[in-house]
Amino acid sequence: MGQTKFGELWDVSFRQMMLEAGVRALEDAGIDGAHIDALYVGNMSGGQFIKQEHIASLIADHAGLVPLPSTRVEGACASGGLALRQAFISVASGIHDFVVAAGIEKMTDVLSEQATGALATAADQEWEVYAGATFPGLYALMARRHMYEFGTTEEEMAMVAVKNHHNACLNPCAQYHTEVTVEAVLRSPPVALPLKLLDCSPVTDGAACVVLAPAEEARKYTDTPVIIEGSGQASDTISLHSRSSLTTLKATVEAARIAYRMAGIEPKDVNLAEVHDCFTIAEIMAIEDLGFCRRGEGGKLTREGATQIGGSIPINTSGGLKGKGHPVGATGIAQAIEVVQQLRGEAGKRQVNGATVGLTHNVGGSGGTAVVHIFRRGD
Amino acid sequence: MAVPRFWREIPSRYNLIGSRCEKCNKVYFPPRYMCPQCRRVGKMLPHILKPRGKVITHTTIYAAASGFEEQVPYSLAIIELEEGPRILAQVTDCDPNDVKIGDEVEIIFRKLGEEGEEGVIYYGYKARKIEISNSS
Repeated sequence: MGQTKFGELWDVSFRQMMLEAGVRALEDAGIDGAHIDALYVGNMSGGQFIKQEHIASLIADHAGLVPLPSTRVEGACASGGLALRQAFISVASGIHDFVVAAGIEKMTDVLSEQATGALATAADQEWEVYAGATFPGLYALMARRHMYEFGTTEEEMAMVAVKNHHNACLNPCAQYHTEVTVEAVLRSPPVALPLKLLDCSPVTDGAACVVLAPAEEARKYTDTPVIIEGSGQASDTISLHSRSSLTTLKATVEAARIAYRMAGIEPKDVNLAEVHDCFTIAEIMAIEDLGFCRRGEGGKLTREGATQIGGSIPINTSGGLKGKGHPVGATGIAQAIEVVQQLRGEAGKRQVNGATVGLTHNVGGSGGTAVVHIFRRGD
Repeated sequence: MAVPRFWREIPSRYNLIGSRCEKCNKVYFPPRYMCPQCRRVGKMLPHILKPRGKVITHTTIYAAASGFEEQVPYSLAIIELEEGPRILAQVTDCDPNDVKIGDEVEIIFRKLGEEGEEGVIYYGYKARKIEISNSS
């Protein structure tokens, strides 16, 4: 596994970023290009962000991996998680042995309004964006309803940002190394009320890469392999307004159910999770949908400190999308990297002591796609 | 965007024409071309929806979507129409921060936005609160 630093990487190009993450991943795995059988690359929108489609070929080409099969996987902000799942399926099927699962997004080559517009294409263009919807707007609609149904507060949402910025300060790869306070979040400029600027994840450049292999092969290269024990993916309506409930992402619930069943575990068995906190309310809903608390109690769990490092279920030890940054196509792979570092015991100041089981949760759009993976330390 | 992309949706956007499954009778808006419940067994028919509903949730947008910059702050809400379908629409003709969950609204025809000075002008529906008259 390997990744670039996340941030505004003006001095490096898309192809340089992907190579940097890929080389680090191969060095970490102790293999070289000759071992690799195939590549899956998560990327939401090379077309809109750098006017480059067909990035799978571009990456195989510049990595010197021609003629290996290389496939781009797209599921909006869940593209990385879906690439991981496709790589997992291709190894599990027996068709391939060593498979690269990568993710990349270069978002700062366009103006921030253009980046916002590009992200909005993950919503329904004809019936959401046409009416004036933005992504913060869609999550604000969920936040308002969550506040109405369960009494969740803006302070509890702010606490998600405070925690994730704190964790990001401990992560050398994170975009932000700045602490924020609840007051600063509450006072930050309104974006789509009740969400303010510091409730929102940033625009980020970044690439991330992991290598998958059959477990018995992996054991030849490392004493501490990390095993993917569960993988689940589900879909829901692309439009938020077409859903009967606005306070749960059914795709998350279903993807988690499948992944937990495959792994043969329950939510209480998970030691830490990287969840899709594109907005602070999204983390609160995710910890409910993943079963770490009851419906409506995500705000309470956050307020009580259970989701901090040292709490009963640390969430987003990497800093999450909020603090580490959210290069949309890379996020799902970067989540896996954080969990692998934690399970190997290599997370430094972010280390969750004794962690053996970790979970990743990656969402596309307002919940039209969700993918959940469960990892276990394999020694 | 080329003009056909807009005019082909005009019936639904101007007149709130959704679709109804002939088999299960469920009404959809925006229109669907296949009933998600009955799939190939169902047949979709046009259905004009009653332009009344209530606010399920809402937000006030300060960072506008492209083409809506001049309207900020604006209120955006999910509205449940009387016949069941939910739609996303701006709530207009009121202070955007004066919208509440449960507000009764009517759906009205309005200009939504435009593609610059020479591009397409978008029309469609917005919602307007129905004032409950308090005759005293």
